[in-house]
Amino acid sequence: MSNRCAVIGVGQTKYQTRRLDVSIAGLVREAALRALQDAGLTFADIDAVVIGKAPDLFEGVMMPEAYLADALGAAGKPMMRVHTAGSVGGSTALVGASLIQGGVHERVLVVAFEKQSESNATWALSTHVPFSASLVVGAGGYFAPHIREYMRRTGAPGHIGTLVAVKDRLNALKNPYAHLRIPGIDRKTVEATPMLWEPIRYLETCPSSDGACAMVLSSEAAVTGTPAWVHGTAMRSEPIFRAGRDTVSPQAGKDCAADVYRQAGITDPRGELDVAEVYVPFSWYEPMWLENLGFAADGEGWKLTESGATALDGDIPWNASGGVLSANPIGASGLIRFAEAALQVRGRAGEHQVDGARRALGHAYGGGAQFFAMWIVGSEKP
Amino acid sequence: MRSEHVLEFPGGYTRTTGPVIGRFLTELRDARLVGVRTAQGRVLVPPLEYDPATGEPVTGEWVPVGPAGTVESWAWVGTPRPGHPLATPFAWALIRLDGADTALVHAVDAGSAKAMRPGLRVRPRWRAERAGHITDIESFVPEVTGMVAPIRLTYQIQPGEALSRFLAKVRDGILLGGRCDSCHAVYVPFRSACPQCGTPITEEVELPDTGTITTFAINNLPDPRAPEVPFVSAYILLDGADVPMIALVGGVPAHEVRQGMRVRAVWVPEAERTASMANIKWFAPTGEPDVEL
Ligand SMILES: [Zn+2]
Repeated sequence: MSNRCAVIGVGQTKYQTRRLDVSIAGLVREAALRALQDAGLTFADIDAVVIGKAPDLFEGVMMPEAYLADALGAAGKPMMRVHTAGSVGGSTALVGASLIQGGVHERVLVVAFEKQSESNATWALSTHVPFSASLVVGAGGYFAPHIREYMRRTGAPGHIGTLVAVKDRLNALKNPYAHLRIPGIDRKTVEATPMLWEPIRYLETCPSSDGACAMVLSSEAAVTGTPAWVHGTAMRSEPIFRAGRDTVSPQAGKDCAADVYRQAGITDPRGELDVAEVYVPFSWYEPMWLENLGFAADGEGWKLTESGATALDGDIPWNASGGVLSANPIGASGLIRFAEAALQVRGRAGEHQVDGARRALGHAYGGGAQFFAMWIVGSEKP
Repeated sequence: MRSEHVLEFPGGYTRTTGPVIGRFLTELRDARLVGVRTAQGRVLVPPLEYDPATGEPVTGEWVPVGPAGTVESWAWVGTPRPGHPLATPFAWALIRLDGADTALVHAVDAGSAKAMRPGLRVRPRWRAERAGHITDIESFVPEVTGMVAPIRLTYQIQPGEALSRFLAKVRDGILLGGRCDSCHAVYVPFRSACPQCGTPITEEVELPDTGTITTFAINNLPDPRAPEVPFVSAYILLDGADVPMIALVGGVPAHEVRQGMRVRAVWVPEAERTASMANIKWFAPTGEPDVEL
């Protein structure tokens, strides 16, 4: 049995295209100070810092953890960096949680960020190394074929992706930190935007954002304020190229979900969870992950989306915050999912609060859908 | 009928500044910015001899201001005229210097109109030779808020044993795969170990250059490796392989590509072949019936 771990502070920056007023150090510090303020603590109360971000090539800053130690009050304390591609924010929270659960530290600050405006992620993901025998064009170019295959397998009608794109952006209007705020957005708005990587339209993708998110994690003895208790944590990975790999519903995602549900004692995620913050950077990934995570049977995920079950007033709201589709500081996006799950069960999600949320899922994936990180948090002690 | 007429007082008017404007221009010549305080306590920059609010003379109190200031509003000059302070496009701006209560009109050399906004922080760019004139400030320029950090890393890349073996065969127009000794899955390109079970791969398998499109994207964003937009990047399962390769599809309009479509590699002429995947221009439909996926 591991020790109990709780989220006692959450801090976010306003996500936007460019934060020209702050350096990377200023950006992460803003999130960290807000998380500490939420917990009623200062840097002096923190034992260790865990920082996550996506590939160094995104900003061209190698080993950012060394540069950012001062900004995060880590001088003289253990500090480490986590990197698992797009899932890194989730993995960062889980590494921090493991330091509490293992009894190593009492309070850990976890922080993740991306300042996408300093470069171009599509460039960084498509560097065309010599001798490569493969042709991949950015994240959208990589994921579009898997979405197409999902549509073929399930016979999902073409407008499902549009429904998610609208739903998440309507939720974003209730989240002051969200990047994309498109008042009055509807299906016509989304359908009028061009196909970038068919079948993915412009407004069915996530924006490029600058931003940081931070959380203060604590042992049971060191809790201050309102805790969100960690009920389960799991990470899984799988090789990107292996014979028989299901790229639509990766085995690593199923295994990761099964593990985290087992720890939290959940057998029916749709019925037993109150809200889920799931990494959906392309709108079609909502129905795909609904199936992969066991909220719907194989081939039925799109029906759940279409029925409105995942809307803010549905029986299992997904991405009440607006999700990755409404703000994507890549390295931070996973941590934001985990933090939003915590905000929900702490009753602190503001206008996008799901009434009476008691248990929530935070989810992140990365690479070629090959890294997964998940946690379940609850308002009551596990 | 038309005739050019020039009206110019020879040598220019001589203008007596008076003590207030004179002090301002004297400070300018020394590359300093000052404002004058009114009886009501406001600081006027540029100074005036009489307070426009009350009509009273301004006080004799001079206040250092700036050198930085904030743009309050601006108009972009896309085509500068001969008498303008700058020969390149610039903005006329109302700039309120730090410590001043009024704004000064001057040029801002911001590079492009996109860089201009109310609230923009600017500083004076002084002329080396100054005469006691408002043009002693050549223009204002934005404060430094960013920098370019060029990074260029040069690598010597070797493809490694397995990929070298594959590429050597590609030079001969052959696609080389490898069969896992343990789970018998066939991987292409040839690789030295099985990603599924970790077993070393020793058995080489020459695969045909035909296969089936399992799925694909229609890319509407340009890419240097694609001949045109839109282009199709597809997962192609070569006949006899257990993992797909990602490759370009050509010889067919993008919107006629289908999952299950049969394709064959289109090779560049033998004389142009090298040990590289550039040997395959793309995969094109064979015309065979689609395969059930
Ligand atoms: Zn094997």
